[in-house]
Amino acid sequence: MYTFSNRLKIGSVILMALGLMGLAIGFVSAPSTVDEARAMVAANDDGHGGGHDAAAETHTAAGDHGAAAGTHEGGAEHDAAAMGDDHETDHGEHLLHQLQNRPWAAVYIAAFFFFMLALGTLAFYAVQRAAQAGWSPLLFRVMEGITAYLVPGGIILFMILVLSVLHMNHLFVWMDAETVAHDKLLQGKAGYLNPTFFLIRAAFFLGGWILYREVSRRLSLAQDKADDNANFKKNFRWSAGFLVFYLVTESMMSWDWIMSVDPHWFSTLFGWYVFASMFVSGITTIALVAIYLKSRGYLPDVNDSHIHDLAKFMFGISIFWTYLWFGQFMLIWYADIPEEVTYFVTRIEDFKLPFFGMVAMNFVFPLLVLMNSDYKRVNWFVVMTGIVVLLGHYLDVYLMITPATVGDQWYIGLPEIGGILFFGGAFIFWVFRALSKAPLQSARNPFIEESRQFHY
Amino acid sequence: MASKVIQAYYDDDDVLMHAVKKVKAAKHHIEEVYCPFPVHGLDKAMGLEPTRIAITSFMYGCLGLTVAIVMMNYIMITDWPQDIGGKPSFSYIENMPAFVPIMFEMTVFFAAHLMVITFYLRSRLWPFKKAENPDVRSTDDHFIMEIEPHGDQAALMELLRESGAVEINQVEK
Repeated sequence: MYTFSNRLKIGSVILMALGLMGLAIGFVSAPSTVDEARAMVAANDDGHGGGHDAAAETHTAAGDHGAAAGTHEGGAEHDAAAMGDDHETDHGEHLLHQLQNRPWAAVYIAAFFFFMLALGTLAFYAVQRAAQAGWSPLLFRVMEGITAYLVPGGIILFMILVLSVLHMNHLFVWMDAETVAHDKLLQGKAGYLNPTFFLIRAAFFLGGWILYREVSRRLSLAQDKADDNANFKKNFRWSAGFLVFYLVTESMMSWDWIMSVDPHWFSTLFGWYVFASMFVSGITTIALVAIYLKSRGYLPDVNDSHIHDLAKFMFGISIFWTYLWFGQFMLIWYADIPEEVTYFVTRIEDFKLPFFGMVAMNFVFPLLVLMNSDYKRVNWFVVMTGIVVLLGHYLDVYLMITPATVGDQWYIGLPEIGGILFFGGAFIFWVFRALSKAPLQSARNPFIEESRQFHY
Repeated sequence: MASKVIQAYYDDDDVLMHAVKKVKAAKHHIEEVYCPFPVHGLDKAMGLEPTRIAITSFMYGCLGLTVAIVMMNYIMITDWPQDIGGKPSFSYIENMPAFVPIMFEMTVFFAAHLMVITFYLRSRLWPFKKAENPDVRSTDDHFIMEIEPHGDQAALMELLRESGAVEINQVEK
């Protein structure tokens, strides 16, 4: 049995408190009128223009490419960052919405990111059960602990979506009836993108995922006390069924929760792309939690070969993510169709460093570090890569949401870091609380002995 | 130079593994083991060095990537930078996404093929090469351990017999 150490508990509560403070500052300092927003941007330009790299870079990018951006955006992109120095009449209002969105986007990104860790872990868990993997049953309880976060994380995420529908923020432009009234494209999509259906879908996805998680956990615990394998077989069927459900709902979830912040843009492999991101970060989380628990002496039977296998998955799925990232980018870049390419134009012009830095963190770094078979068995190597991969995938989510909601007013400051700290603390608290509720090694999983003997 | 070797035949890979460990423990030098299929862990038991072929493959991959970059840069950017369908051929980086499929495939091509050729060279395999196995049974259902005798030969024979060999031959080579 694992006991939730007091230091970790206090640490996670401190993280949550610090994060909450950061978020509160973010919300309080968001402007409430157009004039305030203008003043904030002006002050930022005067005071920090030279000092802050990010601000300076954004500004020059806007200046250099102002003309190009103007032609690209002249068409339909209302939500993308409008640039150029000409102050249109609605420029101020646009700016206000961007600045007001910033703390909301920070909350939403962090909430989704940590939820995604749990959901990616759940998908990996279901794959391991459906594939009847012989190496991983030793880690099932760790995975079940991580997926416990689905419930609180899902509820928070759903609340954010409800608040968006209630017009507390402008994260999703298509929720604004006024905007839709002037937008033929959004009217065309209103059959799918309407608030009621959106919330019903979200509840359906979350309900299905949480249902599988709870059922599977119950069967997994029941298997320990049973004297036959009926629970194990049931769990196998549930897992196979869940994977079918998950693939469909995950794809739709990525359209709903992420792609719809850019409602004029669409991409067919987006669902896969989001899936790859959550799958690799879920596996990384499993590796990090397993290594932590092992270092504390709670997983005596987990050996270097298990870590090696997890690291191989991290390595392989990182490359899979890159493949999808590049597949999406290159197809759009190559064809250069205006209605699609604006997505990457805003990202490359306003987010150059994070956009390409993310590729280095999620591809080049794990590629070079985890290629060597020996390094995959060195725990601190895996931990170091894991941290970089997780930060990289946070940036990935950040870059899916921010350009459409905050645009060129982005900055990774107090609200963003606050969001990470708050949800990170909540994640740690909930996961380790769940880990302490059941033995970390299941007693009579049919494959547990194979897993104990596993070596590669 | 003619030299003597002792060939011990086994008909089970588990017995073979134990025999290899025993012979190693008695400090005899195992020349070669002929198996009809890969025996998991045999290389460890024999104390063979790990292979470095993966390292060569990595270097070949780097070479392939370099070849692709230099080639595309010379052809598409330096030599004749045409405007083909509006693709920016002003610098390599501007048109790089279009070259990535080639860069990737060349990397894989070089890494795979040169590694295979390295393997053939290192293990001396080529068409029309004369087969080296001492007994045709070693490709079907027998394992042969070949030992260079030194010191007390009778003791070695006794050790091999004890280890479960089904047949022991002395061969002049």
